[in-house]
Amino acid sequence: MAPLLADYFPVLVFIGIAALIAVSMVGSALILARQNPYPEKLSAYECGFEPFEDARRRFDVRFYLVAILFIIFDLEVAFLFPWAVSLSDTGLFGFLSMLGFLGVLTVGFIYEWCKGALEWE
Amino acid sequence: MIPASLVTFLGAFFATPAGILVLTVLKALAILAPLLTAVAYLTYAERKVLAAIQLRRGPNVVGPFGLLQPFADAIKMLLKETIIPAGANRVLFLLAPMLTFALAMLAWAVVPVADGWAIADINVGVLYLFAISSLGVYGIVIAGWASNSKYAFLGALRSAAQMVSYEVSMGFVLVSVLLCAGSLNLTEIVRAQQHVWFCFPLFPMFVVFFISTLAETNRAPFDIPEGESEIVAGFFVEYSSMAFGLFFLGEYANMILMSTMTSIMFLGGWYGPFGLLPQLGPFWLIVKICALLFVFIWVRGTFPRYRYDQLMRLGWKVFLPASLLWLVLTAGTLLAFGWLPRA
Repeated sequence: MAPLLADYFPVLVFIGIAALIAVSMVGSALILARQNPYPEKLSAYECGFEPFEDARRRFDVRFYLVAILFIIFDLEVAFLFPWAVSLSDTGLFGFLSMLGFLGVLTVGFIYEWCKGALEWE
Repeated sequence: MIPASLVTFLGAFFATPAGILVLTVLKALAILAPLLTAVAYLTYAERKVLAAIQLRRGPNVVGPFGLLQPFADAIKMLLKETIIPAGANRVLFLLAPMLTFALAMLAWAVVPVADGWAIADINVGVLYLFAISSLGVYGIVIAGWASNSKYAFLGALRSAAQMVSYEVSMGFVLVSVLLCAGSLNLTEIVRAQQHVWFCFPLFPMFVVFFISTLAETNRAPFDIPEGESEIVAGFFVEYSSMAFGLFFLGEYANMILMSTMTSIMFLGGWYGPFGLLPQLGPFWLIVKICALLFVFIWVRGTFPRYRYDQLMRLGWKVFLPASLLWLVLTAGTLLAFGWLPRA
């Protein structure tokens, strides 16, 4: 276990350094610059108009659809990673099993294409 | 000459836990300091190249040939007021740029600069890079949500949908590279390209991957999320000062990261063309990264912006089926001819 953890230790160091740089950059800008806020400056930018309403309102359902499709395909990719590395061991059986799996997903993909889930206008 | 006693002392010190920490921090700084300088000069290079494309002169006032321009910009940004909109979630608002910037730095922990020169030579390097670059979308979504501004919100939605769409085809492309390399370790992937760079047998995948990196980094012609002419600046419209600066630096650091990824996956990393001058190692990698970055800027200076429906069509209806098909073809060919690398 120890060598494995030792492999990942630099990642921890990187997290620390990156966080330190990011916080110090924003922090120093907050300290160094003169802050002079007033209501007009702090209102949301809307091309000079008074902001009409809260920005967090309904949005197009297609964005949800894309997110759901993404989850399916990204899981598929995550599933393919170990398969790709071990294909020399699993051979033809591994290849055909994955072909079946991809086939099922492709049927789903064709279905959503025909349903117009991928249309944007 | 360094006295022998000092050498033995340092050798003993670097074996202790504290010594390992110091050594790792030094190594990390040896990567991050040049990286930050490169990011600064990439902004300068972009302005110069774009200027040359448009027959202008670009920055040429601050320092010789304008070489001090990035530093002038940095100081200017540092001295500007940080505006936090009244309706914003203050913590999330400031967290988003930090996250974007930190993630762009973080990925460099596993990048092999030359044979055996990776700081963290982990056995799932590709997965790590893929995961970190996927996390980048969080910074954008958080920024768009926390700003509580309609432009920022729309920009974040578009950007998230776009990055997510192109990530899928990038994933398939990576899998076909893995098939040829037989390992998830980045050093092993480069070693597998000692004789043939993967950009030749996998040329269509190389093209798909490069275009996807353009979309992943929200660069022209896929810069719809920040489309100045439609939604002013998209997700970071409300940002100012160094909070804006971190988004800016993060975007450029991501460009360098994506170019590095492309060089490692397809252009043979530290290997020179035809095995030329192997002792130059890191130099070859830097040359490849610079060439790819030049193409990034060149593309920006040449192509008009895509429309959103065109962008989604390209991602889902062209790249996704094409990369899936090529993946199956690659696997089938390697298996049929017995060319699969032995793990």
